[in-house]
Amino acid sequence: MSRPHALLELNGVTKRFGDLTANDSVSVSVAAGEVVALLGENGAGKSTLMKILYGLVRPDAGGISMNGQPLHIGSPRDAMSAGIGMVTQEFSLVETMTVTENVALSAVGLGIVDTRAARQRVTAAMERIGVDIEPDRLVSTLSLGERQRVEIVKALFHDCRVLILDEPTAVLTPQDVRALFATIDRLRQTGLGVLFVSHKLREVAEISDRVVVLRRGQLVGERVTSEVGVGELAALMMGVKAAAPVGDTAAAVGLPTEASPDAPAAPDRGESTTAQTPALVLTELTLERHGRSIVDAVTLTVQRGEVVGIAGITGNGQTELMELLCGTEQTTSGRMEVDGVDVTRSDVAGRLAAGLGRLTEDRRGSVVPQLSVEENLVLEDLPTYVRRGLVDRTAIRAHAERLIARFDIVATPAAAVSTLSGGNMQKVLLARALARRPRLLVAAQPTRGLDIGAYQFVHSQLKELRDSGAGLLLISEDLDEMRALCDRIAVLFRGRIVGTLTVEEATSERLGVMMTGEAVPA
Amino acid sequence: MVAAPRSTYSCVWGWVVSIDLLALVGAMLTIATPLVWAGIGEVVVERTGILNLGIEGTMYLGAFIGFLAALRTGSPWLGLLAAVVSGVVAGLAMALLTVTLGLNQHVSGLGLTLFLIAVCEFTFRLLYAGERPTLEQKFHTLLPGVAVLNQHWLTYVAFLVLAPAAWWVLRSTGMGYRLHAVGENFEAADVAGISVAATRYVALMVGSALMTVGGAFLTLAVLGSYTLDIINGRGWVCIALVIFAQWRVWPTVFGALIFAVTDALQLQLAITTAFGSIPRELMLALPYLAVITALAVWGRKVRYPGSYLRAYRRG
Repeated sequence: MSRPHALLELNGVTKRFGDLTANDSVSVSVAAGEVVALLGENGAGKSTLMKILYGLVRPDAGGISMNGQPLHIGSPRDAMSAGIGMVTQEFSLVETMTVTENVALSAVGLGIVDTRAARQRVTAAMERIGVDIEPDRLVSTLSLGERQRVEIVKALFHDCRVLILDEPTAVLTPQDVRALFATIDRLRQTGLGVLFVSHKLREVAEISDRVVVLRRGQLVGERVTSEVGVGELAALMMGVKAAAPVGDTAAAVGLPTEASPDAPAAPDRGESTTAQTPALVLTELTLERHGRSIVDAVTLTVQRGEVVGIAGITGNGQTELMELLCGTEQTTSGRMEVDGVDVTRSDVAGRLAAGLGRLTEDRRGSVVPQLSVEENLVLEDLPTYVRRGLVDRTAIRAHAERLIARFDIVATPAAAVSTLSGGNMQKVLLARALARRPRLLVAAQPTRGLDIGAYQFVHSQLKELRDSGAGLLLISEDLDEMRALCDRIAVLFRGRIVGTLTVEEATSERLGVMMTGEAVPA
Repeated sequence: MVAAPRSTYSCVWGWVVSIDLLALVGAMLTIATPLVWAGIGEVVVERTGILNLGIEGTMYLGAFIGFLAALRTGSPWLGLLAAVVSGVVAGLAMALLTVTLGLNQHVSGLGLTLFLIAVCEFTFRLLYAGERPTLEQKFHTLLPGVAVLNQHWLTYVAFLVLAPAAWWVLRSTGMGYRLHAVGENFEAADVAGISVAATRYVALMVGSALMTVGGAFLTLAVLGSYTLDIINGRGWVCIALVIFAQWRVWPTVFGALIFAVTDALQLQLAITTAFGSIPRELMLALPYLAVITALAVWGRKVRYPGSYLRAYRRG
C-alpha cells in the first residue's frame, strides 16, 4: 500500500488477558499529517492497542518505533516525552481549576506561577488549532466538547507529534462533532499524526485518510478511505466478508461463511406456530429521552420457537431497547406483550412472572460478584427458596449442583462469582435464565468476549431453548452469530427498525447498507 | 411568667453593658490563635484530599512535647522547635498509614489521635505524677498594658504572616497548584507528572507541624503548664471550621474568630453575677454550638474535593 513515510509504527503487537487474545500480532502505522482511523466493534481490541501505545498496558510481544527508532514506553510519561498524546474517553481535568491552570499543570514547578505567561502560551496553542475557549474559565463550566478540546490543547502543550483520540465522538453533540472534526483537520495540516479510534462508520469515512479494521483482536483489513465504501467497511468490521482470518475463525466454530450459507435454516416451524400466542409482541414501543426518540416506534413479533435478531451498529438504540424489554427503563409509549400478557407497565418481577428471561449485555452488572454461585443462581427466585422466613440452604445447594452439572460450569457452588472467568460467569447467567423455563428469552451480546468452547456451548443451549418452543430475541453486533441462530434479522438504525430480512435474504451487502441507514428515506 | 419580659429586657441590657469590648477582642484573638494555626494546617492537608482526624492528637502532642522540652531546657524556643519536629513525625505517621498503606482515613486519624493523647497522658503521669510543673520561662506578650494589642508573638504571626502566606502559597505557587490538583483529581495530577504520594507526604508533614504549633501555643504562651485536657476538642473544632470554610484560608480564620468570640463572651459573662443562674456547662458549650450552627447554615451544600478520603493507586 502506498503511503507516506511512517512516523509512528506498531509492529506485531500481541496482548493476552488470560485465555482472551485482545491483540493478535497487530501492526499499525501513522505518518505525519495523516489521520488513521482504527475501526472495530466494542471488544475488537482497539482500546487495548491504544493503551499499549500510551504506556498504560504492557504488550506480551511486539514493538513500537518512532521515525524508525525503537521506543520503550513503560508509562504515560514515557509516551508524552516521546511525543505521543492521548485524549481518553474519561477526561483527566481538574474541574475546579481554570483552563490555563489545567493545561499548564504539568509544566509548573514549585515556585510562583507566572499566570500571564501561561495564559499566553495556552492561548497561542489554542489559536494554532483553531480552538476558542476563554482561558480563565473554570473547567466545571465547560461543555463536554469544550473539555475535550482542552484535553487536546493539553496534549499539544508538550510538543506532541502523534495524537490518539479514543472514541472522541462518543460523548459529543452533533455540533461538537463538527467542531472536533475542524480541529482534527487543523492538526492534520500542522503535520500531526492522528489515530482516530471509533466504531462509527460515517465518522471514520469522513475524517480519516486511511482505515485499519480490527475484529476480535486481529487486523482484518486496511483501506485507503477514499477508495472504500461504507458498506464494505461495515462488512469488514462485522466479519461477514470472507476475508481470510475471519473465514477461518468462522469455519473453526462451525458457523456459516459466505461460502456455505446453509446451516441454520429453520423451515418447518412456521405453520404449526402461527395459531399459537406469539412469545413477544411489541407495538410501537418508544422511549424518549430529553425530547429525542432513542427507541422509535419499534413493532416486532417473535413467534414461539422462533429466533429474531436485532442487528445494527453500536449506539443505535440496542441498549435502550434491551432496557425497555427488561423493565429497567420506563416505556414512553407503545405496548409490550409476553406470551399474551401485557407487561408494558409491569416491573421487573412482573415481567419475570409473565415468562420473560434475560441475558443482559453487562454480565458483571447482572450478578452480585461477592455472592457465591449458588446464591446468584437463586437471586431471581428467592421466595421459592424461603421456608418459614429462613433461606433453605439445602435446596439451594441441590439446585446449584444440578445446574452446574447441566451447564458444565467450572466452579463450586460456594465460590464467589467474582472469581469466575467470563465464560463461566455467562454460563451462570444462562443457567439462571434457562432454569426458570422462560417463554421468551431476550439476550444481548450473549457470546461477546467468550472463547470458542463457551461460544459453542451458549449457542447449543439457545438452540435447545428455541426447540423447546420458547421465543428468542437476540441483540448482537456479531453477524456470524446472527446468521447461525436467527430465523429473521431486523436492523435497527437510530432507534427505528429499518427493515426485516429472513436469514437467507440477509447478505452482507444488504445488512451493511441497512445498518448505515441508507435504506431510510429521508 | 407574663410579667417577666420587662425585667428580662433590663437584665439583658445589664449584660450588654457589663461587656468590656476591648478585653473581649483581645481574648478573642488569643483564643483564636491555636485554631488558626491548626486550622490552616488542616486546610493544607485536606487540600490534597486527606482528612486528618489525627489533628486532635497532634495538637496534644505539640502541647506536651513543647512543654516537656521547654521545661527541661528552660527555653520556650527549644520547646517550640521540639513541638514542630514532633508534628513532622506525626504527619509522617499519618502519611504512612493513609498514603503508603492506603488505609481508611477515618480509622487512621482517629487511631492516631487516641494513640497520641494516651501517650502524652501516660508519659506526663510517669514523669510528674502528682506534681504540677510550670515553666519558669514562657513566651511573654508583646506590648504589655496596651488593650487588644498585648498579644503573644505567635498570635501576630498567625494572623499577619501565616494566614496571608498560606493563602498566597495555595493560590499563586506551583506547590499550591499541586496540592489542589492532587486533592481534586489525583489521576489528572499523576498524568501531569505530579507525584501524588510525595505531595500528600509533604502536605501532611507541614500541616501537622502547624497543628503542633497550635497546641504548643497553649502550653508555651498561654498557660505555662500542661493539663490532661488541654486541647479539649479544639482539633475537632478545626475539622468543622475547615469544612465550613470549604478548604479556604480566610474563611477558616473567620470561623476561628466566630468560635473565639463566643468563647471569650462566655468567659466574660460567666463572671458577671447576672449569669450565676445559668449552668456553667451550658456556657462552656456555647462556642461549640456556634460552630455547629455555622456548619448547619453555611456548610450544607459543600462540594468536597474530588479525591477526598480516597487512597491513590495507579491503574
